[in-house]
Amino acid sequence: MNPMDLAVSSAEGAGMLGGMPAFAGATLMHYLVVSAAMFVIGLIGFLTRRNLIVMFLCTELMFQAAGIALIAFGRFHMNHSGESFVIFVLTVAAAEAALALALVVLLFRRKETLDGTAWKELKG
Amino acid sequence: MQLVDTVMSLLSLATMGASDAALAGGAASAHQLGAEPTKMGPLALLIPLLPLLSVVLITLCAVFKVKSKLPAWITVASLATAFGVTVSVWQQVSATPGAHVSFGYEWISFSWGNGVGQSFAGNFSLYIDQLTCYWMLFVTGLGALIALYASEYMSHDVGPGYNRFFTAFSLFVFSMACLVMGDNLLMLFLGWEGVGLCSYLLIGYFYQKPVAVDAAKKAFVVNRIGDLGLLMGLLTTFAVFGTIEYKEIFKAISTGYTSSGIALQGHWSGIVIPALLTAGAFGKSAQLFFYVWLPDAMEGPTPVSALIHAATMVTAGVYLIARMFPLYTVDPNLLVLSGVAWAGAITAFWAATIAMAQFDIKRIMGYSTISQLGFMFAGLGVLTTTGATFHVLTHAFFKATLFLCCGAVMHGFAGQLDLRKLSGVMWMKGWGIVGVAMLIGCLNLAGFAFTAGFFSKDMILAQAFVTPDTKIIGSSLVGWLLLLTALLTAYYTFRVFFRVFVGPVQYEPGDEHHGADDHGHGHGDHGHGHGAAHAPAHDKGHGHGHDGHGHGHGGEFHPHAPGWAINFVLAVLAVASIAAAGLYFVNKDEHGWAGHMMARSSAKFVAPGEHHGDHAAAGHTAPTDEKVADAAHASAGEKSAKDEELGTFLGQDPHKVMYYVSGVLGLIGIGVAFLLHKQGRTQAATSPLAEKMLKAPIFGTLAPHAQRKWYVDEIYNFLIRVPLLVLGHIFHIIDKLFVDGLVNLAGAVPVFTGHSLRSSQSGVMHRYAAGMAVGVGLVLLLAVLVMI
Repeated sequence: MNPMDLAVSSAEGAGMLGGMPAFAGATLMHYLVVSAAMFVIGLIGFLTRRNLIVMFLCTELMFQAAGIALIAFGRFHMNHSGESFVIFVLTVAAAEAALALALVVLLFRRKETLDGTAWKELKG
Repeated sequence: MQLVDTVMSLLSLATMGASDAALAGGAASAHQLGAEPTKMGPLALLIPLLPLLSVVLITLCAVFKVKSKLPAWITVASLATAFGVTVSVWQQVSATPGAHVSFGYEWISFSWGNGVGQSFAGNFSLYIDQLTCYWMLFVTGLGALIALYASEYMSHDVGPGYNRFFTAFSLFVFSMACLVMGDNLLMLFLGWEGVGLCSYLLIGYFYQKPVAVDAAKKAFVVNRIGDLGLLMGLLTTFAVFGTIEYKEIFKAISTGYTSSGIALQGHWSGIVIPALLTAGAFGKSAQLFFYVWLPDAMEGPTPVSALIHAATMVTAGVYLIARMFPLYTVDPNLLVLSGVAWAGAITAFWAATIAMAQFDIKRIMGYSTISQLGFMFAGLGVLTTTGATFHVLTHAFFKATLFLCCGAVMHGFAGQLDLRKLSGVMWMKGWGIVGVAMLIGCLNLAGFAFTAGFFSKDMILAQAFVTPDTKIIGSSLVGWLLLLTALLTAYYTFRVFFRVFVGPVQYEPGDEHHGADDHGHGHGDHGHGHGAAHAPAHDKGHGHGHDGHGHGHGGEFHPHAPGWAINFVLAVLAVASIAAAGLYFVNKDEHGWAGHMMARSSAKFVAPGEHHGDHAAAGHTAPTDEKVADAAHASAGEKSAKDEELGTFLGQDPHKVMYYVSGVLGLIGIGVAFLLHKQGRTQAATSPLAEKMLKAPIFGTLAPHAQRKWYVDEIYNFLIRVPLLVLGHIFHIIDKLFVDGLVNLAGAVPVFTGHSLRSSQSGVMHRYAAGMAVGVGLVLLLAVLVMI
């Protein structure tokens, strides 16, 4: 499929689901732009902030951006594979959040700080 | 399967062998070079296999940590049986003319084409003619006797050392049997290296002593140089003849053409192959500049010196030349044999001069062995294989006797070997047999009239004058040099006898570390059962000093007279040394028993050009037989000289005059020794006349240098060892700078790369993340660019 076609409104576009249009008024492109914006915000946050918890939140943000893109594509193609994939991702993310926060707690106990730059032991 | 069959037939033949031998007998006809050897049953294979069995059994003893004299009895039994088998095989071989081949198994056999000379075969088979029997008779016989002697001599090492000693001892006899009995040069080479290994192991028996270890290494290294010559000779033989089997080589020589059609007459191989083989023979038999290892080899236990370094192994060189004698006579000028004659004579003289000035009696015997081996080589060189091999036999007996007497002295006096510290041993209680045996050995070595050594030495001396100078270059000069050596021999032999065995009774014990063998008698529990019985010199009230470190240190020292095993062996050997003279009168028309045996083997001398000729076309029949019959009354060596003008000794027939000349020379030598070392001597350390002689102008200046062995070791050190050391250092530097440099450079590249990339590993999480983001961005950019 030509990537340019993604801009076409779903009403006149490829998919119909149960007689309903795939995107009510919005095109696939809108969703992808939101997803990309979220991802970039998360990335910038991850690179600029030093607080471990904030950095972790930023990674979650990037995570969900990817999820939005997946659901949008699933909807666009009129199937459920994108959604079902995201369900799995959310489950894993929940488990991972618990783990990551536990790690943060442990790291904090070691150095009494949440600054990510305090951990430089892998310096070559 | 083949092996199983062989073993089965061996077992059946072992029982039948005796009856076969009984049937054997009758007139054996003369050896015919190049004739197809008769096939023979596997009985002869028992001769090498019995010592090998003994090796296996003693190894088991070592595994089960046997702490008794069992290994010695195994060795004695296996060698005595091997001797019996040898006698039986000899009877069988004598019954039918020519050589015999006994096939063992196919050892190495391969081919790389179908043409002539495109295949190689080295079987584990035996080539048995009278020369083989001659050699094996004294190797196994002496081996059994000396093993019996060693059972007592090594008794202070009962346990692991005892097992180690007798394993190497049996392995030595196995190797020697392979060397002598093999039917090809590869078997000879196997045995050659095997005896070298055993010699190394046994010289280094006292491995805690640096001197012994050094001596073992020296023997090994010097032998390797000679072995290279032997190996090259073997390969050249294969290159020229296309085979290494004796029967094929002899066939080629008898027809004058190799199987690939090369005419041997005037071919370069006629000089090159014998020269290379001779290098090997010189190494093993300590001739010319190879001799240096043999005196040092005396660091080994004395039975080893007697068996390996006097009687058997060192005569392997003589065997090699006698076995390959047809090859030596291919060259019409006999150049290599001239070289052998001169090398032998020079070595004989050189070693005798050193022996005259030594103080260590075992060293003196070592040098005298070199000197006597020189006689044998000179004998081979002047074309009397009979004389040379007869001297091998008589020397084997009397030199073994001499060594074993020295060993008994060493055993009894806590390792004392210095002739200035012992005197009158013969007059001490319990030492009578040793003294008499020593006297007999000395008389033989000195060539005293009507001893075996006298007759065998005589044969060589006479032949040196008989063989014309035109045939062997300077043959009569060789004879003169040998005569002079005979005089020196008589002197140095009886110097030992008069200093150590007669004269005033005086002794000083050795320090136990000196000269090797003696670790002090008795390690606590060493009972000395026979010591008390045979040596009344022990005063029982003294508590013997046998506890702890035994003799010598503090307290009184008592010489420990030999027990029954040593005395028995010495008596047998002394009798055998005398009886060997009788062999000169057996088969008198063929110059003694040795001549009889040699005339029926490949060691028979046939003048160059007579190997082949008219009978080449007629096969291998009449002509050779006629010639042999014609010359039956001549010795193998004499025969060639018969047609030509014979040499003379000052205008007389050497064979008649030589008896008187060498007999008188022997007497003069003994007389001088008597004057210098017996007459008026009242103490062990010095003798009045000898002291005076040392102050005399010429003799006095030479003697100390002779005592330092003419500085040969120092010269070798300077000429060979030091340059090699310097070269080694130079190579070490090259190795460090160049080779190591390259390797280090290869190592430096990743180190440098890693170092320059190291700063990117900041350890900061954000930097890694940024790097990743930038990387992903770049990949995406690239993908977009490609798509557009």
